[in-house]
Amino acid sequence: MTYLTLSLALIFVLIPLVLSKTFRLDLEKDMVIAVVRSIIQLLLVGYILQFVFDAEHFLYILLMLTLMIAAAVQNARKKGASIRGIGWKLTVTFVFIEVLTQGILIGFRITPASAQYIIPISGMVIGNSMVLAILFLNRFTAEVKGRQEETELILSLGGTPKQAIHQPLIASIKASTIPTIESQKTIGLVQLPGTMSGQIIAGASPVQAVQFQLLILFLLLTTAVITSLLLGYLSYPALFNERMQLLQEPSD
Amino acid sequence: MPDEIIPAIRFRGVNYSAAGVQILKNITGIFPKGKITALVGPSGAGKSTLFRLCNGLKSPDSGEIYIDEKIITDYDPAALRRKVGIALQNAPMVDGTVMDNLGLPKKLKGERLSEREAFQLLSLVGLEERFLYHPAKELSGGQRQKVSIARTLVNRPEILLLDEITSSLDQVSAHEIEELILRINGEFGTTILWITHQLEQAIRVGHYTWVMMDGEIVACGEISLLRSPADERVKRFVKGEED
Repeated sequence: MTYLTLSLALIFVLIPLVLSKTFRLDLEKDMVIAVVRSIIQLLLVGYILQFVFDAEHFLYILLMLTLMIAAAVQNARKKGASIRGIGWKLTVTFVFIEVLTQGILIGFRITPASAQYIIPISGMVIGNSMVLAILFLNRFTAEVKGRQEETELILSLGGTPKQAIHQPLIASIKASTIPTIESQKTIGLVQLPGTMSGQIIAGASPVQAVQFQLLILFLLLTTAVITSLLLGYLSYPALFNERMQLLQEPSD
Repeated sequence: MPDEIIPAIRFRGVNYSAAGVQILKNITGIFPKGKITALVGPSGAGKSTLFRLCNGLKSPDSGEIYIDEKIITDYDPAALRRKVGIALQNAPMVDGTVMDNLGLPKKLKGERLSEREAFQLLSLVGLEERFLYHPAKELSGGQRQKVSIARTLVNRPEILLLDEITSSLDQVSAHEIEELILRINGEFGTTILWITHQLEQAIRVGHYTWVMMDGEIVACGEISLLRSPADERVKRFVKGEED
């Protein structure tokens, strides 16, 4: 695709802009910002990736991964602002997921140890891990609040923080991983997944594209479960102090 | 209060605040061992907070609390909460049956409550045996309160904190709970602290009383002081409750 043909695709931006104006949806400003940002960000990423692929140097790959993880931590931490030390807890989670998945992929020679594979796969893994982390943190803070009486009850009967938080924790872990599992059940029936579509458009055979897509799906399953579990077990101690007290106010 | 009284709980200059609001102000006083003390006072006086300090669910900002004359911070938190049991205001139930709820304190210690023990508990609090495998969350208010008390008793607490357990109950259930409190105190010699809104009830059951208002103790002593209060604020409160 040339930049000329791509610029023709701006028709797809023009349509919603005109509609927004006509129907006074007041979305023009946000749409323009979104379009400009995506053009700049993606082009920038494109050129950076080109450079990293050409250089094929370990340090550049590491730098890219660090940037991805930093951005993911930055995005997700807002949702867990009430949890002490959420920044490093997210970092540990993302780094662990990245090392584990790449370790298995490269260790078993499932994918080659080259930037062309490591970076896009890491992007998907870390990106999904981030979404999962946000889902988990949202749910967990809500569960802890909603089940505060029950948590306090267990503490009051001589239970440990771990026993007291067990139900909210398990419920949040389950709730945040279920969408990943559910979406995989219907995959391919309605929408072709992104990786597969991209590969087919780029000229790969559909069967090969499917194989690669399956690999990604399996990866994301691991990512989902490990992100929730790890983040859950790293997060809950921050809700209690050393006297086994829940750090929230019950009403008098 | 006379000097020969043995304190089960002693507060010394205890302050507690939350979210910038001072809830308890310089609380000093004792709860006598083996006796029933009724805590009365308008809502928001800090009574429930005081309970949470007694069993270590909260810690004071300043001041000391002693349980059996040992400072509270020297207790292991879990051991303290078994020694000083609390029946929480809304009688929260965990998912499952009455048996699951009664078995909870033992489960937390890695032990199991036998069915026989469960039946004994039910009969102690005056619940029929058929309720044992009933879903706990479907019980009526009074039944839940009874299960809640029975559950707290599983840990064999030496001190029992009862937080407004009769406020949502009808007359008959409230009377049953009163009798239960007297029975627990009489049979096991358990020290009981009881928050209640009903003064008549407090006078019927309690030996001693603390009257709290706005985070302070405005009067404390033998229960009879509720009949003829000296303090103006207590007078007004007693009159208001009677009206």
